[in-house]
Formats: sequence, C-alpha cells, structure tokens
Amino acid sequence: MQPFTVHTGTAAPVDRVNIDTDAIIPKQFLKRIERSGFGQFLFYEWRFTPEGQPIESFVLNQPRYKDSTVLLARSNFGCGSSREHAPWALLDYGFRAIIATSFADIFYNNCFKNGVLPVVLSDEQVDELFKRAAEYENYQLTVDLEKKVVKDDHGLEYPFEVDDYRRFFLLNGLDDIGLTLQHEDQIAAYEAKRGLV
Amino acid sequence: MMMKPRTLFEKIWDAHVIHEEAGKPSLLYIDLHLVHEVTSPQAFEGLRLAGRKVRRPELTFATMDHNVPTADRFNVADPISRQQMETLTQNCAEFGIPLADLNSPDQGIVHVIGPELGLTHPGKTIVCGDSHTSTHGAFGALAFGIGTSEVEHVLATQCLQQQKPKTLEVHIKGDLPSGTSAKDIILAIIAKFGTDFATGYVIEYTGDAIRQLTMEERMTVCNMSIEAGARAGLIAPDETTFQYLKDRRYAPQGEDFLAAVEAWSQLVTDEGATYDHRVELDASEVEPQVTWGTSPGMGTGINGCVPHPESFSTADQQKATRDALAYMGLEAGTPMKDIKIDRVFIGSCTNGRLEDLRKAAKVAQGRRVSPTVHAMVVPGSQAVKLAAEQEGLDKIFVEAGFEWRESGCSMCLAMNPDVLAPGERCASTSNRNFEGRQGRDSRTHLVSPEMAVAAAIAGHFVDVREWLRESAPVSN
Ligand code: SF4
Repeated sequence: MQPFTVHTGTAAPVDRVNIDTDAIIPKQFLKRIERSGFGQFLFYEWRFTPEGQPIESFVLNQPRYKDSTVLLARSNFGCGSSREHAPWALLDYGFRAIIATSFADIFYNNCFKNGVLPVVLSDEQVDELFKRAAEYENYQLTVDLEKKVVKDDHGLEYPFEVDDYRRFFLLNGLDDIGLTLQHEDQIAAYEAKRGLV
Repeated sequence: MMMKPRTLFEKIWDAHVIHEEAGKPSLLYIDLHLVHEVTSPQAFEGLRLAGRKVRRPELTFATMDHNVPTADRFNVADPISRQQMETLTQNCAEFGIPLADLNSPDQGIVHVIGPELGLTHPGKTIVCGDSHTSTHGAFGALAFGIGTSEVEHVLATQCLQQQKPKTLEVHIKGDLPSGTSAKDIILAIIAKFGTDFATGYVIEYTGDAIRQLTMEERMTVCNMSIEAGARAGLIAPDETTFQYLKDRRYAPQGEDFLAAVEAWSQLVTDEGATYDHRVELDASEVEPQVTWGTSPGMGTGINGCVPHPESFSTADQQKATRDALAYMGLEAGTPMKDIKIDRVFIGSCTNGRLEDLRKAAKVAQGRRVSPTVHAMVVPGSQAVKLAAEQEGLDKIFVEAGFEWRESGCSMCLAMNPDVLAPGERCASTSNRNFEGRQGRDSRTHLVSPEMAVAAAIAGHFVDVREWLRESAPVSN
C-alpha cells in the first residue's frame, strides 16, 4: 500500500450529505476482477449523461477542479454498500484525502486499507472550506497526517483527530495481514481450545 | 467472584478476542466467512500474489447471487458477469471452499442461504464482503460486512483486527398492529432516528415487539441495521431461534443440538449490564411505511405526505430533501397514496424469504395486477423457490399477473438484467432507495411485501391494512 504522510492538492467541493457508495461507483462497474481501473467510473452517473457525455455542471467536470486530489463533502460520506471499489475508484481517479463531517463505518475503514485518508472536521470548519473552495481559484489544501492538521495558503489551519494505530499503518503503508500472522501461535492455540483442529 | 454483568454483544466479543493490546484494535476470531462473486476476486488474487492459503476453508462458504439472471439463469448474456462468476468457481476450486453455484439447490442470496442451511448460529462471529451481513444478527450472532482487503485478511488468517464498537439498545415496546410488518418497524426506526444514528455502534434490538417476531421477521429488522449506520444488529436468541435451527443441515444435531441450545441460552444481556446509548420506539404507533426520497431514512407512514423541504430544521437536510424530490420527480405535499407506480419488485435479502412470499401471496390471491404495472416476485434462494412452489404460491402470483423468477439479488441492485428504465417508479421490498440503485435515474420506494402487492394491484400506494381487514375477494 502507498503510504500517506503529507499531501497537497486542489480541493473539489461536492456539496451533498449521505453520498453513498452506489453514487461513488455504480454497480454496473463492479464486475472487474482487478483492483485497478475504477477511476474512470467514479461518480459516473453524476459525471456523464447516459450517452457518455460529460455533464458540465458537475464539479469534477469543471476545468478548475480537473486535477483535484482532495475531496470535500458533508455528513455520512460513503454510506451504503461495503464495496471497497469505492475507495479504489477514488484513489484511481487521483483522490488521496477526503474531508467530511462524518463517514460511514465500513467505508472509513476501507480507506485506511488503501492509502486514502478520511479526515473528519466540524460543520463550521467544513463550511469554511466549502466557502474558500468557491472563493479562491485553484484552492489548495495540505493534509498533513504526521502533524494531524489540514491547512491552506491563506492562514487556515485545522487540527484533526485520527486513531494512532491507523495513523501508524497509513504513514508506513503497512500490510496488516503480515501483522496478524505474527500472532499465528495464539490463533492456533485458540483454535485448539475451541476444538477447531 | 461475581462476573460483571455483560451485554449480549460483550459476551460474543469476549469469547472471540485472541489478542488485545492497549491502543490497538483487538484480534478477533471469525467463525463463519461467507463469500460472493462481487467482493472476493481481488481478495483471492491478493492471496495468490502473496503465496498464502485459505486458513480455514471449512469455515468459509461461497455462493453467487448479485450477477445471476433471474429469468434464464444459465444464460448469462453479460460476459463480464459470467467472468465474475467463473472466477469465483475457479477460486473456490483452487482454495477448497464449498460453493453453492448455479447448479446447486442451495444457491441463493448469501444472507438468505446462511440461515437456511443452518450455518448461522447464535454466538458466532460472521463476516462477509457485504454490508447486509447484519442480517445474521437476528440469531444473536455478531455479524458484519467487511471490505475486500478484510475478506483477504479473513481468508488468510481466519481473524480480523477490529476496534471495539459501542453498544446501542433499540427498545421496541408494545405490540405491532395487524397489517404492519417487521419491515415497517425498521423503516420507522430509520425515519425517526436517521441514517447515521447508529454509526460506530452495534445495535441490540429488545422489547416485546421484537420477541413476538418470527425468525424471518427478525432477519428483516437486522438486515437494515446497516441503513442506520450500525456495524451490526443483534437479537438475543430464544425458543423461536432454537426451533428455527433445529434439524437444519449445518446446525448441531441430536445430543449436540441440546448442548448447543444450553450454551446459546446464555447469550442474553445480563440484568444490570449497560449500553452506551439507548433509544425507544412504540410499535403500536407504527403504520405501514413508504419512502419518498433517496435515502432509507426519507420515509413516512402511508397516510403521510411528501414533506416540504422547509419542514426540516437544518440547511443540510433541506438541501438533501430538495435534491431528493427533484430526483424522485415528486411535489412536496403530495399524499403518499396518490403516488402512481410503474414497477413492483418483491424479493432481496430483506424480504425474499418464504414468509414474505406467503404474506405477499395472501394479498395477491384473487386480485389482479394493474394493467399499468409490471410486477415480479424473486425468491431469495432456490430452497425458498421450491418451498413456495410446493405451497402453490407461484400459481397465486402468476394468476394475479406477477412474474415468477429464479433466485438472486435481482433488482435490489440491478447488477444483472433486472434493471429499471430511467424515470420508472418502483415499489420495492429491498433495502436501498439510493439514486441509481435500481438503474440509472430509477425511482425506488421501499415498502413491505404486503404494501408492494397492494401497490401493484392498485397502481399506486394504498394502505394495505384496509384490504386485510376486508375478506379476500372471491377468485373467479
Ligand atoms: S439482495 Fe440486495 S442487499 Fe441483499 S445481498 Fe443482494 S444486492 Fe445486497
């Protein structure tokens, strides 16, 4: 997994609550058997007409947000299906960090397995970021996982909370299967005790 | 020494923790891993790349459901769907995992067949790369959905690293009025408390209304726990649970069953144990529910109206409501009963079990689907299909003008040929009404099976209680 330390990029504001994983990656694109190649289908039904033409009003199709790598959204981001295709699509498209006021549980967890950092900020803070993203052309945000802050070039700096253990894994891009296998003896002992041998 | 009183969740959790360290997630043993074709290919690929094996193939069980065509199941026209199912077949053969494929009488929606085969037991930890794994919590099992990286983790280690969730009691008192169903309970809970009120929690459903439910009704409630944001939903096992499991193929048999029942009977929240949070609902006030929006929490009683965006307190909710009404093509203030529908879908892991079909058939019997409606019934599994046919339910549906299909996820997520056309409006017994869920620009209203049948016949939503009070019409 790609580690996440400090990332700077253009912020794309998608002003909606409850953005579900069906919207992030519609099911007709879940049939690939690889992890890659999902970015082209990200937010497909919001980005493209049924004929496959870009819908200009959608944020990601506007030239100023074309190269954005930080996604701004509202509450309960990533609700619905457990499909890990959602963070795969976001990452493949180029997003490294998502800032919202809250995240759905499974999606939040899936992000950490894929080098995408979900950042929770307060309603007021997210409001302010939306305001600035509209106000400044090419509005850039820096998401610093080492220092646990989000900042811009205009003096804004918001600290955020993240579980230490998850942070450690993301900073180092670690594979947690390897870590679990270090407990192999304990797993075997547990299975023996339960008669699962 | 007296043991500290514990909740049902804590008892299951404690029994499965292999390793704990302060500040780190716990290492949890997984008793049953269910697998389907959509969320597993990349996990098996990961195993191969790392040269790892499946640690416990016999604690793993696979089926195919999402891509299965329900009209002619052996004719998979979409080559990518076919490839996904073939990939599962190859992976199961290579890693030694039992698979209920299209030829198997056990095939069906993963959350329907687990309980049906007796794989789901009280006290087990159960995972699947699918958010509706919460269904199995109806048996007092700790069951939750995981992502594909975690599927790989469980395949390789039979364990998961998990942060301990908090506990939430959802207490449902009173009696459920007749004509109102388990689906209405869970829709009413989500409408009342919101789609994220349970994020970070495991719900335990308690109260008289829950104890009175059959096993299949309990599954409907637990199924939609995820729609409230919960990690899992639990119902303590009781006589209803034990009776359901008795003599199922993978349930303990004979003496072992008696011993198991004794152990399972301990799986209740102790007197004096506390939950981190608690909410309450009075079942006697629940009326049949219909959703009007694009999130399962956007619902109301059948006698309600499509709400005005201004009736919500926050700017976020007002905007979400405006967006939803625009997508759904609905005017604020419209009575729910005036909403006309084009399609009806009865099925899914929420409401595709035998009891659901029996209740639906009771409303359909002797009536006719409206000429303006296209309606279909999709059994949740091959076993449900067979049992329904043995009771003659298929004939009732077909005579009433419903299509009778083969088992699969079907139009719950429209990843197979069962898809709504843009703008079509559907009364659906599934669990999600998200934008595009049943097809691009499709409009979904979530309801119970009885309400779906009534809508199919009337061509618009009706209060099925009025029909159930009358005697059934005489069939010609
Ligand atoms: S029926 Fe629907 S919710 Fe259930 S497993 Fe299939 S797609 Fe998922």
